[in-house]
Amino acid sequence: MAQAAIELIGINKSFGAVRANRDINLEIARGTIHGIVGENGAGKSTLMSILYGFYQADSGEIRVGGQPAAIKTPNDAIALGIGMVHQHFMLVDNFSVLENVILGAESDALLKKSIAKARSELERLEREYGLEVDPDAIIEELPVGLQQRVEILKALYRGAEILILDEPTGVLTPAEADHLFRILKQLKNQGKTVVLITHKLREIMDITDTVSVMRQGTMVATRETAKTTVEELAELMVGRRVLLRVEKGEAEAGGVKLAVKNLTVKDTRGVTMVDDISFDIRAGEIVGIAGVAGNGQSELLEAISGIRRAVSGSVMLDGKPIDLTGAADPGELRDRGLAHVPEDRHHVGLVLAFEENENSILGYHDDPRYLKGPFLNIDAIRNDAKDKIAKYDIRPTDCRLKTANFSGGNQQKIVLAREMEQDPGVLIVGQPTRGVDVGAIEFIHKRLIAMRDQGKAVLVVSVELDEIRSLSDRILVMFAGRIVGERGPEATEGELGLLMAGVEHQEAAE
Amino acid sequence: MSTPYAKLPAWADYGLIPLINLFVAFVVAGFVVLLVGENPLRAAVILVEGAFGKGTGIAFTLFYATTFIFTGLSVAVAAHCGLFNIGTEGQAYIAGLGIAVVCLSFDTTLPWWLTFPLAIVAAAVVGALWALIPAYLQAKRGSHIVITTIMFNFIAASIMVYLLVGPLKPAASQAPQTRNFFAGAELPKLNWIIELFGAKIRSAPLNISFLLALAMAFLVWLLIWRTKLGYEMRTYGHSPKAARYAGISETRIIITAMMISGALAGMMALNPVMGDQHNVAIDFVSGAGFVGIAVALMGRLHPVGIVLAAILFGMLYQGGAELAFEMPAISRDMIVIIQGLVILFAGALEHMFRPYIQALFASFNPRSVGMEAIKGKGA
Repeated sequence: MAQAAIELIGINKSFGAVRANRDINLEIARGTIHGIVGENGAGKSTLMSILYGFYQADSGEIRVGGQPAAIKTPNDAIALGIGMVHQHFMLVDNFSVLENVILGAESDALLKKSIAKARSELERLEREYGLEVDPDAIIEELPVGLQQRVEILKALYRGAEILILDEPTGVLTPAEADHLFRILKQLKNQGKTVVLITHKLREIMDITDTVSVMRQGTMVATRETAKTTVEELAELMVGRRVLLRVEKGEAEAGGVKLAVKNLTVKDTRGVTMVDDISFDIRAGEIVGIAGVAGNGQSELLEAISGIRRAVSGSVMLDGKPIDLTGAADPGELRDRGLAHVPEDRHHVGLVLAFEENENSILGYHDDPRYLKGPFLNIDAIRNDAKDKIAKYDIRPTDCRLKTANFSGGNQQKIVLAREMEQDPGVLIVGQPTRGVDVGAIEFIHKRLIAMRDQGKAVLVVSVELDEIRSLSDRILVMFAGRIVGERGPEATEGELGLLMAGVEHQEAAE
Repeated sequence: MSTPYAKLPAWADYGLIPLINLFVAFVVAGFVVLLVGENPLRAAVILVEGAFGKGTGIAFTLFYATTFIFTGLSVAVAAHCGLFNIGTEGQAYIAGLGIAVVCLSFDTTLPWWLTFPLAIVAAAVVGALWALIPAYLQAKRGSHIVITTIMFNFIAASIMVYLLVGPLKPAASQAPQTRNFFAGAELPKLNWIIELFGAKIRSAPLNISFLLALAMAFLVWLLIWRTKLGYEMRTYGHSPKAARYAGISETRIIITAMMISGALAGMMALNPVMGDQHNVAIDFVSGAGFVGIAVALMGRLHPVGIVLAAILFGMLYQGGAELAFEMPAISRDMIVIIQGLVILFAGALEHMFRPYIQALFASFNPRSVGMEAIKGKGA
């Protein structure tokens, strides 16, 4: 085995009473791509933040290239040749690529020399690693994939030998992700070391040499990628066996439950986000909407659920019109049997400061079952919440615990339980498993299929292509506010990826 | 990690931490007293004895507390709906007008127990209407409630000055106030309750509106945690987006919450006007509305906490007056400094000692801070 680029020995880190990292030992070999996987809250980001100098470990030792290193600030990390590409880019939007690259690393009081030097350096990096970017382009005009490339360039420009990438593919189309992986392989071939943090097991299998699995703050295993399987990794992450692919029978689609015609929605800035969209959802089918985040899916969901007012268009629910451009509000839609699991459960679907039982009536607090005159029927609400906790296996099982103290997956189950148990005719779900641990994903998918089999019309919007493909009976692809294609569940990832990137759409327009 | 402050047992959260904060505030205040050359320990003794040592002191403390309970509840109701009502001062002041109209009309014809309910309604309605305008502007026009309620304090003050030096002033009087009320608008004293315990009271203004304040504290608890309206207010207060999702009308909930807040602020005027001075005079609120903000914060927006915090501030007012009298080096302004320190440590720096206390609890017993519940088996 090659010499270790980084060794972490006995790292511990606590936040208040929470132990985010416990006795972590990790060795990352030079010139390899090393994956780190784990559920949300497993401590991956904390560990990398310690390595990059954002946090200080409470105890333990870091060795870089065999030498003990004291990394107190990101500057120390950079000096040691460690670079980081964050999940959320740290770029100045209205600066050019060059300006962003030299930001903080200017070699002179006047910019001219630094820029000239950076320009030649960038050319060299582009040649060596295939990182083509126009050095004079303005960041905000670049697509996300290229912005990420600028982040990588920034790290390399600062002399990074070890590159840490935190969930790099979350914002990319499949094609962009493939390109990124080619770049990473190129970096590896040139002798750089890459650490890849992700929760997508398929990426790990595709590209890494070694993979380490974290669970609840501890490092549970390190495997050679070639000698492990997705199933084993999932089991290590969760601590038990999980079913990755949902099993489902054929859909028995019935009549149209929700018909959307020529719907147009603008965002708060007045930009058209949903552009003249039409589609139907029938009883007993799951329609999935795929697309890269930010192509109008969120606005579409908000409009259909009555949260955001549509500009124009007509919508029929159970054959009767519903005025989404005017008076319709979420309460009315709910009364008419349309339940909504919003994308943002932290601010929209739940009140995190509430007790669990209080959230289990949110939106249905007008229901006479939960009321005694103007008063809340506390007993009825709590008993109802307890029933849902049992039925949806929500943990911990305390209905009086503050919602913020539940894990992401359990919070999502609270929302799902509330919306599904109202027995709606139409269920609209945004990002059903975002920030949800692998174990709960399986449960949520099964529930959605069960809703379908009961004859409900289900609309699922997700940026996870795998999820869309495994759940949906029909897949609609959104790009730039329009539906650019409809495919069956058998569509390949490459085919959908091209649609998501707007390729076919652009060709058709030409 | 998503909850940097793990949970503490309730007794530590609501009892221990406020007590530590209060203690630190008094220690720092002690240094200030030391700085002006007085003995801080003696000052503390005078303060506490002045407030609780004699029957008269207790009665005065509770009289001040009554005022602060009303204003504290007013601020808290709005705060539960995510609204910062700084207009409690003005809403209470203008409510004096409603009370004046009722008392001046009926004090010679009706007994107090008929005038009182009428005055309660009048004070509440006027206070609520004064809060309605900023609430409407916030709900419909997006004018920030903090700005508009501050401005409405000034408008209320100007109107009251105009009325009290003009139309409401008896023609022959030099003082900017209404005529004194007759027996039909004087509230009965509660001093006999304290005398039951054997204390002697010379004369003190503690009156029946103290019981009204306690009743209101209970009703506010009922409203916030046991009614549908309170549930909607809390939802909007924590997350306007979640309220929109739940189909709660923004306009309706803002206006309702602010009117309830204004009504509670208005009722504060009953205590000094009908219980003590028996007239409506210029500046009778004298900052009690602003103290209400501190009381509400310190009481963690819970009626029980507000009643306790109101008694604490009543103590500072009454004991502070005694202190200024006994120690000439300590002026009224010093008392304001002490109050300020209490607000600073109990309100603004509320969480300063929290992490240490949490770490302490965690080192004794991890379960007590909910560690297992959070880190246990996720689904």
